[in-house]
Amino acid sequence: MSDTPTSETTKSKTSDGKSKARAAALNIIPPFLFGSLVIGGWYFISYVMLSENRRFLLRPPDKVVTEGFLDWGGTGGMSEMLQSLWSSTKVAGIGLFLAILIGLFLAVLMSQAITVEKALFPFLVTLQAIPILAIVPLISFWWGTGQTSRVVVCIIISLFPIIVNTLFGLQSAERGMHDLFTLHHASRLTRLRKLMFPAALPAMFAGLRISAGLSVIGAIVGDFFFGRGEVGLGQLIKRFASRLQGEELLTSVILSSILGVGVFLLFTWIQNKAIGKWSDRAGLV
Amino acid sequence: MTDSTNAALTFDDIGMIFPDGTETLQNISFSIKKGEFITVVGPSGCGKSTLLKIASGLLEPTAGSVDVDRDRLGYVFQDATLLPWRNVTQNIELFCELHGMPKEERRDLAQSAIELVGLSGFENHYPKSLSGGMKMRASLARTLTLKPPLFLFDEPFGAVDEITREHLNEETQQLFLQEGFAGLFITHSITEAVFMSTKVLVMSARPGNIVAEFDIPFDYPRKPELRFDAEFARICGEVSKELRGGHS
Repeated sequence: MSDTPTSETTKSKTSDGKSKARAAALNIIPPFLFGSLVIGGWYFISYVMLSENRRFLLRPPDKVVTEGFLDWGGTGGMSEMLQSLWSSTKVAGIGLFLAILIGLFLAVLMSQAITVEKALFPFLVTLQAIPILAIVPLISFWWGTGQTSRVVVCIIISLFPIIVNTLFGLQSAERGMHDLFTLHHASRLTRLRKLMFPAALPAMFAGLRISAGLSVIGAIVGDFFFGRGEVGLGQLIKRFASRLQGEELLTSVILSSILGVGVFLLFTWIQNKAIGKWSDRAGLV
Repeated sequence: MTDSTNAALTFDDIGMIFPDGTETLQNISFSIKKGEFITVVGPSGCGKSTLLKIASGLLEPTAGSVDVDRDRLGYVFQDATLLPWRNVTQNIELFCELHGMPKEERRDLAQSAIELVGLSGFENHYPKSLSGGMKMRASLARTLTLKPPLFLFDEPFGAVDEITREHLNEETQQLFLQEGFAGLFITHSITEAVFMSTKVLVMSARPGNIVAEFDIPFDYPRKPELRFDAEFARICGEVSKELRGGHS
């Protein structure tokens, strides 16, 4: 047949190596330069702007590395921080998993009947709008001050983007595609399984990546308020702040953000594996 | 015009008024037999696509009736409507899958349809890496797997370039001769209509009704050079004249 993409493919292969190297350089050099600038500014504030007796407000980066990351033993040492990181990871993981289950279930339900969508949506928006601080006392009444409450906070914080994006995705299949399924007498379940669900994947992953980051915030915020049982990063941050342990405080903040970025990258990777072959939406970020 | 003996599709006095009050079709009556390829040309918005939707059962007419067997109806849309998450083979298997055909059987049918439309070698490609013409071929192949006795084409080649369009016209003609289906084709292109059809119907502006009918006398298979034939040009001119009349 006449209109094959062969010539385009050959052309793009020759420039492939060059453009990949350029893309890699573009991904590495600017963030590296900006990172160096931030660290330079950080040193400047610690050593030049702050006098020695006020330096606890922002400890310099090397102190954070030596006294935060490289100090393993004792209370507030790296081993305790890693345990807390693991505890918060578990809370975020369980919370996100449950939020995904609830979110997908509700989105599918809403996609199947406009009345269900109309009935639930205002309440979901309300739930999303409630500041988490305002319902902390209620959560502690109902679920105590341990792990369960932390997971509940996590779910409340990360649920909304999953529902909204999945619902949007389920409704995104083109009219013509629906007509095809109608013409061939597809059942509701077949339409959901073979058309609406796959069509929803790109939007669903966009929501999941947002929610993955939010679940880490939820785990740490939950831990901040509900401290019984295992000590998570939130509890550590609270303790370090009250004891003015600047190096350890900054270390746990950095660990929290590493967890957040890690979860985000994990979901980006899953997304690329799941839809990278066919969707234009897939990519690193 | 409504001799419905052995007809694959018969429209009987079809009228269509949409809920917002727009009258799209008025007194449409004609039928298509096996071995006939009828093309409807008409100005934009005259209800050509609505007619196909009525034929397929996607829309119910507000007047008149349609006689058609909708079990194995072939419908080729304006867009290729390939599912982006399925590769070429999986897309072409879709209809067989929806009709509950076993995997082996549908794979065989898909493979022969792929060969028929010349997409061999692209079985594992996803739609995003196909050109517009190739997407349309995949869409045709998907419909061919059901071996439909009636094909409805809703301006399928409107979005491809002129040369690809001509190729696709020739290939569709070949499929028509090979498979012997009845074809109802919608287009804006007069050349396309005259080149492929046994009969061309001209529709007026909204509310659309049939204002002229042309039997196309050329024998099949029609060669590409036919487009430069004097008689061909004359018929195109006649159709164009009627179409202009329908516009005003």
